[in-house]
Amino acid sequence: MPTVGVKRDLLFKALGRTYTDEEFDELCFEFGLELDEITSEKEIISREQGDSKASGASDIILYKIDVPANRYDLLCLEGLVRGLQVFKNKLEAPRYRRVSPISGEPQKLIITKATAAVRPHAVAAVLRNITFTQERYDSFIELQEKLHQNICRKRSLVAIGTHDLDTISGPFTYTAKPPGDICFKPLNQTKEYTATQLMSLYKTDSHLRHYLHIIEDKPVYPVIYDSNGIVLSMPPIINGDHSKISLKTKNVFIECTATDVTKAKIVLDMMVTMFSEYCSQPFTLTITGISCQHFKKIAQLLTRMCLRSQATGVGDEIEVEIPPTRSDVIHACDIMEDAAIAYGFNNITRTTPRTYTVANQFPLNKLTELLRQDLAAAGFTEALNFALCSQEDIADKLGKKISETKAAHISNPKTAEFQVARTTLLPGLLKTIAANRKMPLPLKLFEISDVVLKDETKDVGASNSRRFCAVYYNKSPGFEVIHGLLDRTMQLLEVQPACGEGYHIQAADDSTFFPGRCAEIFVRGKSVGRLGVLHPDVINRFELTMPCSALEMDIEPFL
Amino acid sequence: MADAGVVETLLRRIEKVDDGVDSLEVANSLGVDHQVIVGAVKSLQSVGDVISAELRSSKHWELTEEGMEIAENGSHEARVFSSIPLEGLAQSELMKLSFGKIGFSKAMSSKWIRVDKTHEGGPRIFRTVESIEDQVREKLLLVQKGNTSQLEEKEKNELKKRKLLSEVTVKTYWITKGNSFSTTITKQETELTPEMIATGNWKEKKFKPYNFEAMGVAPDSGHLHPLMKVRTQFRQIFLEMGFTEMPTNNFIESSFWNFDSLFQPQQHPARDQHDTFFLSDPALAHEFPQDYLERVKKVHSEGGFGSQGYKYDWKIEEAQKNILRTHTTAVSARMLYKLAQQEKFTPVKYFSIDRVFRNETLDATHLAEFHQIEGVVADYGLTLGDLMGILHQFFTKLGLKKWVEVGNSGVFRPEMLLPMGLPEDVSVIAWGLSLERPTMIKYGINNIRELVGHKVNLQMVLRQPHMSTGLLSFT
Repeated sequence: MPTVGVKRDLLFKALGRTYTDEEFDELCFEFGLELDEITSEKEIISREQGDSKASGASDIILYKIDVPANRYDLLCLEGLVRGLQVFKNKLEAPRYRRVSPISGEPQKLIITKATAAVRPHAVAAVLRNITFTQERYDSFIELQEKLHQNICRKRSLVAIGTHDLDTISGPFTYTAKPPGDICFKPLNQTKEYTATQLMSLYKTDSHLRHYLHIIEDKPVYPVIYDSNGIVLSMPPIINGDHSKISLKTKNVFIECTATDVTKAKIVLDMMVTMFSEYCSQPFTLTITGISCQHFKKIAQLLTRMCLRSQATGVGDEIEVEIPPTRSDVIHACDIMEDAAIAYGFNNITRTTPRTYTVANQFPLNKLTELLRQDLAAAGFTEALNFALCSQEDIADKLGKKISETKAAHISNPKTAEFQVARTTLLPGLLKTIAANRKMPLPLKLFEISDVVLKDETKDVGASNSRRFCAVYYNKSPGFEVIHGLLDRTMQLLEVQPACGEGYHIQAADDSTFFPGRCAEIFVRGKSVGRLGVLHPDVINRFELTMPCSALEMDIEPFL
Repeated sequence: MADAGVVETLLRRIEKVDDGVDSLEVANSLGVDHQVIVGAVKSLQSVGDVISAELRSSKHWELTEEGMEIAENGSHEARVFSSIPLEGLAQSELMKLSFGKIGFSKAMSSKWIRVDKTHEGGPRIFRTVESIEDQVREKLLLVQKGNTSQLEEKEKNELKKRKLLSEVTVKTYWITKGNSFSTTITKQETELTPEMIATGNWKEKKFKPYNFEAMGVAPDSGHLHPLMKVRTQFRQIFLEMGFTEMPTNNFIESSFWNFDSLFQPQQHPARDQHDTFFLSDPALAHEFPQDYLERVKKVHSEGGFGSQGYKYDWKIEEAQKNILRTHTTAVSARMLYKLAQQEKFTPVKYFSIDRVFRNETLDATHLAEFHQIEGVVADYGLTLGDLMGILHQFFTKLGLKKWVEVGNSGVFRPEMLLPMGLPEDVSVIAWGLSLERPTMIKYGINNIRELVGHKVNLQMVLRQPHMSTGLLSFT
């Protein structure tokens, strides 16, 4: 969920009244939003960078509001206020109209075929006779940034450029050229650079360097020119300095270049509809309409959600106008959702579904639950460890090779702790002991959880395996304790000690265990796991100092 | 019980005096170690009010090991003096003696001896005075006899600096008669024995009283993990409500089932590298239900089933990418698809509680993996009222008196359900929450690492109470 920060006093001014924090929280809840935090710039800086940096920062109270991910129309003060005002019946749902300039032809943006190789789509619009104030201007820039971060996927899908139309002249051309052939003075720079130079210049720019990869490796870079050859922008990296907007700008030319044309249209609609209220002819753009079958009074509810609706008189049919701000409406169910919000979730009468069902436990989980209870009763304490770990944990530290583990590997771990899904429960229990060395001896721990192993019979190429693992850590190895626990477990599972149809253990070689102190567990002739005294090297690698015996076995064969 | 002889002697001493005796003095006069007397005091204290003992601490001076040697044999410098005959001694010879080196410099500074460096055959040492007075030894002897008070503070400190004296704190008891003082003590029994029961001689015995203020011995038992105990409770609630458990034992899932089947677009931020763990091995999933896959592709890219769709180029390559599932809803999707393949639809109620994974930035309340609780109901004509009603029942069973934000809920979109082949008039409602958050609230744990993972404090696992009534109590 994106969070929108708005200045409280500015918000109240726009809403035409003040609220207590509780009242505003309540209003947000009714409208399907969440007042996440009440803070100030000063507080944020002092929290993130320390008190010293915060002195001198603004004390103005900020409301941080969580907005649903697909409601791009609520990402700025203007949209939020408009939504809330209409919801509270204080404002009529706006109708957006497209208007032609009083004199002359509409502006044109010509897209050349060359752009297909890098960023094939572009859409554009003009906001005429707009009046900016410092606050409106800041909000305009911030909305651009919010859209860039959210729907535009950090400019990879869509990039927005805004220009002072009075400094340039159409028709405009959107084309693509080799980087060496593009040369212009970029925003807030004093001299001209070629695109190649710009890319190296911005390598160290804390903000722009994140976008370079989008076009860096392409043979040609996208660029927009006006009819006099002035560069408007080199999307998605930077605008030209020539056409930059300011507080004095009256006519704004907005272009959105994209790899996804649907999203480009949504973004352009957002930019235009949010700020069209500051134009001398507010709310002017096109409308589209779909109809929806339902009750008449819903029409009123929907209108409160900026979805102008009216009963058509034909049966239960109502006609709903979807404004361009509501790109999230793609199905009748989205309209119904808004009707429910307007009605108020808490006003809905609770009912009980009459669905008759018989409950069943998942057999593997049922067995797990039963075993856990009895293992705790047998004096072992349950641990709960992570399913992800480092390669070292499941291989090197246990004296094994990673290639022998059948481990599933993660491609994008942020740290070594998340390199692989665990293939054994043992490392987790040994790490739990290491973190609890101050506890009185002996330590007796167990865990019943899933490990993950590569498995070619599955559609995803891997499957879980439910394991039972126990360790005994004391001044003496206590193999007999772990062996006794195995006997008890088998008793619980109703398997008799016998070769053939029962269970038995038999000496085995395993590099995790001390030579001659490891046995393999066979149940009905099939190997299910191992037990033994851990190898001193393993004990050392987990930073332990005492002898330790362990048992790990698969429990799925007992279902 | 301490040595009975010592106890008896001590009691006699106490009997003879009016005020009381000092334990250290008794020890000295009896010629036994002080600890023996302390033992006797302790043992007498345990049998009732025979004596009363007041702990006192005092400082006194004691000879160090070196100090004792000097008290016996004289100071190093005096021994040097007396080792030198009238005709003098070669310096090299003197240095061979154990006390030679230290004694030489001290004797020199006291001007008791002199060195003739020009003497033939090497430097030679001669006495310079007729006789000497070994003050160091005399002072130490005073201390040894307990007459420390005759020494000046300055003298004591000088000897301390030479490491011949040390100041020690001694704890002694001042022992007086108790209310039930007696010189004869009957031995008290600590415990009842099988022999006493057999012979009946317990009737003549006195028993040592128990200390009821001490804690008992902790039972030698194992414990279940608190988070798993809460999981058991949640399972129980679902089972009581008639929900069947889903098989969620598949941590690795394809993007198709985790995202695409749920109508989550392929450019959605949740599918980013920063939020989801992708796999390098096995990297891709194979074998999807082909018809269904085509319908999913169509609803995303072109729309259908009453939807405009997202209108983008849906790619199988993106759907094939294997990930660690980000929610158990991936399993719900598989289950609902399976349900749709039945000849005739039957209403179902499903639940699961299992691990999910997010490649998130870690902090006190976020880990890369956590347990998700999920409930799903599929039936003809379910409404939002049904969802609210069932949530109300669920949270009432939890013992939630007030609604707190612990999860989310909703109605699955038609773009998800219809491509699966579920009938049009079937709705599916679902809700989910994390297992960790309510557990942390319940146990008042602020840092999730104290609850999950190997850094868990086992003491915490041992301490948790049993939950008999409501699972969570918020007031």
